[in-house]
Amino acid sequence: MIESKHTVSVLVDNEPGVLARVIGLISGRGYNIDSLSVAEVDTETHVSRITFVTLGNEITINKMIAQLQKLIPVKKAINITLDKQGIEREMALVKVVGIGEKRVESLRLSDAFRAKVIDTTHDSFVFELNGSPVKIDAFIDLMTPLGLSEVSRTGVVAIARGSEKL
Amino acid sequence: MVSAQLTGAEMVLQAFEDHKVDTLFGYPGGAILPIYDELAKGKSSIHHYLVRHEQGAAHAAEGYARASGKVGVLLVTSGPGVTNAVTGLADAMMDSIPLVCISGQVPSHLIGTDAFQECDAVGITRPCTKHNWLVKDINDLSRILHEAFYVASSGRPGPVLVDIPKDIQFQTGTYIGPETIKHKSYRPKLKASIDKIDEALKLIVKAEKPVFYTGGGVINSGNAAVQLLREFVRLTGFPITSTLQGLGAYPGDDNQFLGMLGMHGTYEANMAMHDCDLLINIGARFDDRITGKVDEFSPNSKKIHIDIDPSSINKTIEVDVPLVGDVAHILEDALKLWKSNVYKADKTAVKSWWKTIDKWKEKDSLGFKNDKKTIKPQYAIQRLYELTKDKDSYITTEVGQHQMWAAQYYKFNKPNRWITSGGLGTMGFGLPAAIGAQVAHPDKLVIDIAGEASILMCIQEMSTAIQHQLPVKIFIINNQYMGMVRQWQELLHDKRYSHSYTDALPDFVKLAEAYGAKGIRVESPAELDKGIQEMIDYNGPVIFDCVVDQNENVYPMIPSGKAHNQMLLGKENEDSKISDEGKVLV
Repeated sequence: MIESKHTVSVLVDNEPGVLARVIGLISGRGYNIDSLSVAEVDTETHVSRITFVTLGNEITINKMIAQLQKLIPVKKAINITLDKQGIEREMALVKVVGIGEKRVESLRLSDAFRAKVIDTTHDSFVFELNGSPVKIDAFIDLMTPLGLSEVSRTGVVAIARGSEKL
Repeated sequence: MVSAQLTGAEMVLQAFEDHKVDTLFGYPGGAILPIYDELAKGKSSIHHYLVRHEQGAAHAAEGYARASGKVGVLLVTSGPGVTNAVTGLADAMMDSIPLVCISGQVPSHLIGTDAFQECDAVGITRPCTKHNWLVKDINDLSRILHEAFYVASSGRPGPVLVDIPKDIQFQTGTYIGPETIKHKSYRPKLKASIDKIDEALKLIVKAEKPVFYTGGGVINSGNAAVQLLREFVRLTGFPITSTLQGLGAYPGDDNQFLGMLGMHGTYEANMAMHDCDLLINIGARFDDRITGKVDEFSPNSKKIHIDIDPSSINKTIEVDVPLVGDVAHILEDALKLWKSNVYKADKTAVKSWWKTIDKWKEKDSLGFKNDKKTIKPQYAIQRLYELTKDKDSYITTEVGQHQMWAAQYYKFNKPNRWITSGGLGTMGFGLPAAIGAQVAHPDKLVIDIAGEASILMCIQEMSTAIQHQLPVKIFIINNQYMGMVRQWQELLHDKRYSHSYTDALPDFVKLAEAYGAKGIRVESPAELDKGIQEMIDYNGPVIFDCVVDQNENVYPMIPSGKAHNQMLLGKENEDSKISDEGKVLV
């Protein structure tokens, strides 16, 4: 079976140690995480949403989800890539250092990507960029010869299309 | 009591009372002293059994839980107290045994400072408990304690740990009774849909070569499940085999019972699994000791799987009809449906299936050549069974060859009588587990069938047995080898017995006497019965040193990486080569 990237959304009770439980289970059972993001999404009921990207085939991802659902504070876990054709977005902060023609080129390209300049000096920019992970990868590739110095990414967040609630 | 102002230590004891806990296993230490102090005040009727090592506390609590069907409770201190208990928690996790472990922790303000006897108890035990909690606020304590008992005992049972900093044990807060507390989200599913059950029954009606394969889930589900299983098996007339943990759910001496299956299961049980056209798994998990080579496991069967844990479904073996829920609930619905719809098993087909099975039985795969001079280990277990079978005995074991011989030659007719470490395979389990079982049933005969290597791993618990006047019997199958290790070295490593021979064993008779127990040594088959009888008749703990043939191996055996129909039946056909793929398996 073909291995590909899957994004999994997990709704959990926001109690101490819950993130450690989720990622501990994933590493303990031999799976890998490509990216991870987590925050409380309901401040009244204290529910957090954990989104992670992992590599595997459909069967292994299903087994991983079954194991996650076994954790006591996990309310729901779902393969959002496969089951919901979810929309995925990521944010990145990209620092590019350089002068002269390269500096001008980086600014020009950032415009094509609709990146925002959120910090600048005479020899550097920090760009803020939103989009799919693929778009961010492409931007980083383009910046590499132009003086790419540092990248910080949030990891993927995802949500299902349509009116249905997770 | 709906609510009251109590100290943390008082709350722990109150929660024990509210959850009908009357037995604790534990060992005191600095960070758990306030709770021990409450015990000393004598207001509670709880009986505390002082062990000699926290691993012993955990295994004793497991033995107690398995023998009684109740939750086992242990009390340990911070740091080494918790880390010593980890093996027992991991063992309970693998074998689905409900435990509540209360651990002391350094006071809140010292957490994270590498304080004396500090360890990250919830971090260390996270993967080997079903759930755990660090209590940060006295007003959370009663809720957490109630949740702990609920989580441990509902759904697929398992161990939980509540880590309580010492300052919280002293603080006063509001205790709320269990009646008003409900877990936020954990609601294990007990019933399966009737449509799915009907689908399963239709397969059962059509089956020509069916077999029941049952496991510890039946016993965990309780007595109702055991009775329903027996009724269902008798109604259908199908053959039944059981995993190691399931022994006793169906009577071991019944004609429909094929014996245990798996790596050291009987020839007929494994052949039936391989050749069947319908496999009905009730409360078992397709463990690797059962399946052998996964891609050649029961290749031509439809599979029904009843399990309360959804993650067990399709984990290693794909099934056709999964039924997620509690065994008793599902069997009750299944039997109702079976009777109301006048479903009938195909008696003619099943009759000819039994003929095939009876042929396999003729192989007598548990047969062995007895000897007049040396005691064969199999013979020792057979005699132990014959001399104790009318006593409703409780049997625990350590881990290794003796454990498999016990499973093969001791027949269990009732659930909860057989207590062994299956999943984790913990040497040292048997003696403390026997202590726990004896506490649960003070008047019953409790025997730890042991090996001379395993028994030394928790031998310190002899003191516990003596102190609390628990007359456990330790029946050591002594072959001076870590027998199972040696057996594998014979099969896989050209008989290079790397460190599997135990030199400098203690004199077990003197060892027994040193603890204040009785020691018996028997070296010849002629004296065996007399010795066993003497052990049974003695009112107190006994160490029985049964000196056996050093070279016996456990057969039948499915070698690693092989399928059910490629069993070794004895030393004669041992040379059938194990593949390199098989060698890496355990």
